[in-house]
Amino acid sequence: MDFDWLFFAEVTLAALGNSALLALTGLAFVLIYKATRVVNLAIGEMLMVGAYLFFSFTAGLGLPPWGAILLAVVGGALLGATIERAVIRPMLGEAAISVFMVTIGVGSVLIGLTEIIWGAEPTALPDFMGKAPIFIGDAYVSRKVVIGFSVAAAVIAVFLLAFRFWRGGIALRATASDQAAAYSCGINVPAVFSLAWMFAGAAAAGAGILVGAVGGIAPTMGVFGLSALVVVIVGGLDSIAGALIGGVLVGLLEAWCGTYLGGEYKMLATFGLLMLVLLVRPYGLFGTVEIERL
Amino acid sequence: MRIGTLKESYAADEALFDTRTQKAWLGLFFLALLVFPFTAGEYWLYIACLVAIHVISTTGLNILTGFTGLVSLGQAAFMGVGAYTVAVLEARLGTPTLVNLLAAGFVTAAVGALVGLPSLRVKGLYLAMATIAASFILHFIFANWTSVTQGVSGINVPPASVLGFEMARPVQLYWLILPIAVLMVLGAANLFRTRIGRAFIAIRDRDISAEVLGIPLLRYKLMSFALSSFYAGVAGGLWAYFFRVVTPESFPFVYSIFFLAAVIVGGMGTILGGILGAVFMTLVPEVLKLGVGLLSPVLPDAVAILSPVRTIVFGALIVGFLVFEPHGLAEIWRRTRRFFHLWPFKT
Amino acid sequence: MSAASPILSVDAVSLSFGGLKALSGVTFDVAPNSITAVIGPNGAGKTSLFNCVSGFYTPQQGAIRFEGADITRTHPPHRAKIGLARTFQNIALFRGMTVLDNIKLGRHAHMRTNLLDALLYWGRAQREEMALRAEIEEKVIDFLEINHIRNQPVASLAYGLRKRVELARALAMRPKVLMLDEPVAGMNREETEDMARFILDVKEEWGVTILMVEHDMGMVMDISDHVVVLNFGTVIARGKPAEVTQNPDVIRAYLGGTDIEALQRRIQGREAA
Repeated sequence: MDFDWLFFAEVTLAALGNSALLALTGLAFVLIYKATRVVNLAIGEMLMVGAYLFFSFTAGLGLPPWGAILLAVVGGALLGATIERAVIRPMLGEAAISVFMVTIGVGSVLIGLTEIIWGAEPTALPDFMGKAPIFIGDAYVSRKVVIGFSVAAAVIAVFLLAFRFWRGGIALRATASDQAAAYSCGINVPAVFSLAWMFAGAAAAGAGILVGAVGGIAPTMGVFGLSALVVVIVGGLDSIAGALIGGVLVGLLEAWCGTYLGGEYKMLATFGLLMLVLLVRPYGLFGTVEIERL
Repeated sequence: MRIGTLKESYAADEALFDTRTQKAWLGLFFLALLVFPFTAGEYWLYIACLVAIHVISTTGLNILTGFTGLVSLGQAAFMGVGAYTVAVLEARLGTPTLVNLLAAGFVTAAVGALVGLPSLRVKGLYLAMATIAASFILHFIFANWTSVTQGVSGINVPPASVLGFEMARPVQLYWLILPIAVLMVLGAANLFRTRIGRAFIAIRDRDISAEVLGIPLLRYKLMSFALSSFYAGVAGGLWAYFFRVVTPESFPFVYSIFFLAAVIVGGMGTILGGILGAVFMTLVPEVLKLGVGLLSPVLPDAVAILSPVRTIVFGALIVGFLVFEPHGLAEIWRRTRRFFHLWPFKT
Repeated sequence: MSAASPILSVDAVSLSFGGLKALSGVTFDVAPNSITAVIGPNGAGKTSLFNCVSGFYTPQQGAIRFEGADITRTHPPHRAKIGLARTFQNIALFRGMTVLDNIKLGRHAHMRTNLLDALLYWGRAQREEMALRAEIEEKVIDFLEINHIRNQPVASLAYGLRKRVELARALAMRPKVLMLDEPVAGMNREETEDMARFILDVKEEWGVTILMVEHDMGMVMDISDHVVVLNFGTVIARGKPAEVTQNPDVIRAYLGGTDIEALQRRIQGREAA
């Protein structure tokens, strides 16, 4: 049998939609890591809460989609700020590994709360993107995927610009490279921490809405966060470019394995890649190698 | 109030339980363990067996995370390896129970060492990621290597049998699980009186200088992984004999978080912490169940929220202890003891 | 140079990080049972040199020989085993352990207890631990006068005591060559004198060779037999303390200036004090 190139192209295009979402989530992850040196395992759960908030605002309160998106993103930012203020800041100066475990606990709490508030059953988000398919050349692409990709790409671009040129973004980069020095330059480091968590929360909520629009929402959708984690490890924990390229790589890998080998191989491929990267290039493609000092 | 203890030899100073009071309490505790199965009902024996299995696994994770400083989120998956080893050996070969349990320990230790291999290059958080990856990969193998694991339908395990004595009910299994748990905890306590235990702690506190002191890092990290997994494997094997059916769903990722929570809540890096944490974390869901039972007349769907409430409580315990009592229940226990030693004076 | 064959020799060692040359062609010998001090201004490469000798860095060129054997490329744990012990500039004790456990750790490489012995704590494990405890108590703890703190966690100790515990741990390694990275940095006069006395005793009573990096010139001049001066990664002088202080290159390196006479007077003044 001949290899069906058209089908392959369609799978790949659909994968790119997923890639963009992975990259966006990865970006949220890198943002927190760069500013606060916290590896936030709860990012997937923050994403899930964002999706559920959107669900409540549209299906529950009957708000128009754009209003619901805005509120859900603000909600995500508030969630990020709350987590930072309540449990991450008291851990300032503690071992990185302890803070990491705190975020695992936070994730667990968020899952439980979501199940109590919204129930454990998977649900579909109300359709707000339309259904008419889009063709790129001969290849069919779902409208949701195209919109997801475009929005994610736009948000990433905004983030990159803000990070580069906006005053707050520069403060954030300064804090990332040396907390004490940034502090003594008059940068309000705790505020920068809050800011990073707020932006990450907002980005995660946005990604959650898009992920939910494509695949439905469920309390288990936080697993998407684990894929995003693989993305940033592949790209390098502290590299924005790494998150983007890692996102594309993991997205494609998942889609191809899922299509040609079977859905259950998706996770296997993702985590196999993770193991491989850890063994061969532990600080990722673009991550900064930590230099040991005595 | 206690003033001090006179010790006449270094051996007395290095003993695990050094005072007469401690030995008396310990004796009393063991006596209680011996009498327990004759006085307790089926439910409490069930809980006791489950606690003992969790104590073994938590102690294992404590060796790795609490003492060596390598966080693992794969403990449940490692238990799964042990459980499947026992199940397959029982189903295929029908080898004796104790042999199966030992095999479960060794097979899991080998898998654990393999997962620890990235510690060649990475440490800390990155290693934690490797254990997450490993636990998902193992889960995939449980579910898809059907020729051995029989896939999602799982394997039924015949009852354990030692010296021709069949153990199907908790009251019988108690006599298998509890002695193993006691021996394994003692083994862990002994370990930290020797150079190997000290090397683990040195790696946790400052791994580079440990190397300059003559400790080969990779070998000891892998040893810690293997030993911790051995404990998980034996615990998983006992789990298989206890629940009598092993499926891929038996060892979910949440179960790994459960063990991490147990280590944190109990107290990282103390043997007592592993025990207290396992007991506490096993009892929490039972207490919740009780609470839900009481609530159900008032709140009809109370049973439905049991599982999410449990998830929340696990997470909240991890966060709460790390933020407010990072040394866990073991530290609270120590403070309480100190209070009574110094009473009526204040500390 | 002393007549006896050197116990440790550093032979044309060069080390660079990227384009930055930390050490270039450093050569010197350490005679057995002597105290050799490596001095030099900040950034001269003293600690890099120490890290090469203890195996934390591998030099790009040159060799390090210990008792005649080339150890340039052996792993740190192996060097510990054959008798190279060191302390660290910023104290590398294990915070989660008591003083006693920290010291015991020094003996790690010389013990044989395996995992099974350890779990059972029977036979060899118990014998070894008891022998270790007795030896450490009688030789190291008494010697360094730290009996009163043996069961305290190191995190609770004052700075000077921590330095002493670190020395105790290095001694527990049964070293042939003991490397001390700034043993008296940040100490007051009394603590410095205590430490100097301990170092001399280690040399005389234990027969251990000492290689140290130190900024405290008074102490270096008082107790060392041989001084090596580093500047910008190269050896600019070596010899007996008195010879080195007369060397104009050394004076210039420290002062960077011209008034050599004044500095000489200053150094001699300190020596007399």
